[in-house]
Amino acid sequence: MFSGQDLIYACSAIGAGLAMIAGIGPGIGQGIAAGYAASAVGRNPGAKGDITTTMLLGQAVAETTGLYGLAVAFILMFVKPFS
Amino acid sequence: MKKVGLISNEADFMIHGLFSYEAFGQTFWITTTHVGMIIITALFIVLGLVAHHRMKKAEEIPGTLQNILELIVEMLDKLVHTNMGKYAGKFANYIATLFLFVLISNISGIFGLRSPTADYGVTLMLALITFAMIQFNGIKHQKLGHFTALFKPIPLLFPINLIGELATPLSMSLRLFANMLSGTIILALWYGLIPIFLKIGVPAFLHVYFDLFSGCIQTYVFCMLTMIFVTDKIGES
Repeated sequence: MFSGQDLIYACSAIGAGLAMIAGIGPGIGQGIAAGYAASAVGRNPGAKGDITTTMLLGQAVAETTGLYGLAVAFILMFVKPFS
Repeated sequence: MKKVGLISNEADFMIHGLFSYEAFGQTFWITTTHVGMIIITALFIVLGLVAHHRMKKAEEIPGTLQNILELIVEMLDKLVHTNMGKYAGKFANYIATLFLFVLISNISGIFGLRSPTADYGVTLMLALITFAMIQFNGIKHQKLGHFTALFKPIPLLFPINLIGELATPLSMSLRLFANMLSGTIILALWYGLIPIFLKIGVPAFLHVYFDLFSGCIQTYVFCMLTMIFVTDKIGES
């Protein structure tokens, strides 16, 4: 039958899945950044290089919150802190 | 003995412990991260010696190697100078070293190594060096103002300011680590779980995105944030 340990593993897996909901935020943020960058390039095509660099830098920083979720999910899945 | 934590042989993308030794009553592991870092460091030492040897008899009209070396050094100097202005001279060496090390570590997944930056121990140390640089320059250039800045704009915000200060190395290290780890894991899953006919050719695109693109962007971001934070602390004096 099921032991308490099994319950902990099951809940860890569910928790890891829930932690990845954090992926929604960076998706929206990066999309907004890319959208504004596209409109900026449309207005001023000459500054395409600078705009692309700034956009990528901002997106890479915005990605961080999603990666925190990923780190939490990995800790739950592989480091198994509650076992 | 059960291997715990990230050192395990259960899955392909984990850090593998190659051999262990006892010291100070503890068990230490030499892992794939150490091997990767030793290979990259040896590469840099050889490159440095070759470059030094070559630049001692530099020519007016540069040859191939001299051209490449000048290109790299000029590019990195320009990067530091555009971000740090007149303070660039002191930091150019460190930032250039950091940039090259992190860049080669990130893209080493292409060459079959497990990226050393996909190990939290490596990125945490890099971020702590940055943290030490930030604090040192803050104290050096602002003296006591470095600490009173924590009580601005009102003393009530001191805990939040303190957490904000301490979160810098954590967020920088986690950003680099998680980016490289996600690339490593997705490639390991692809190589491990997909039928054989999809393993030929298709991973090249994944390598280009996760190793080259993501690795270069994260290298740039890491160096950029280091420079921005340090310049911020110097510039307020």
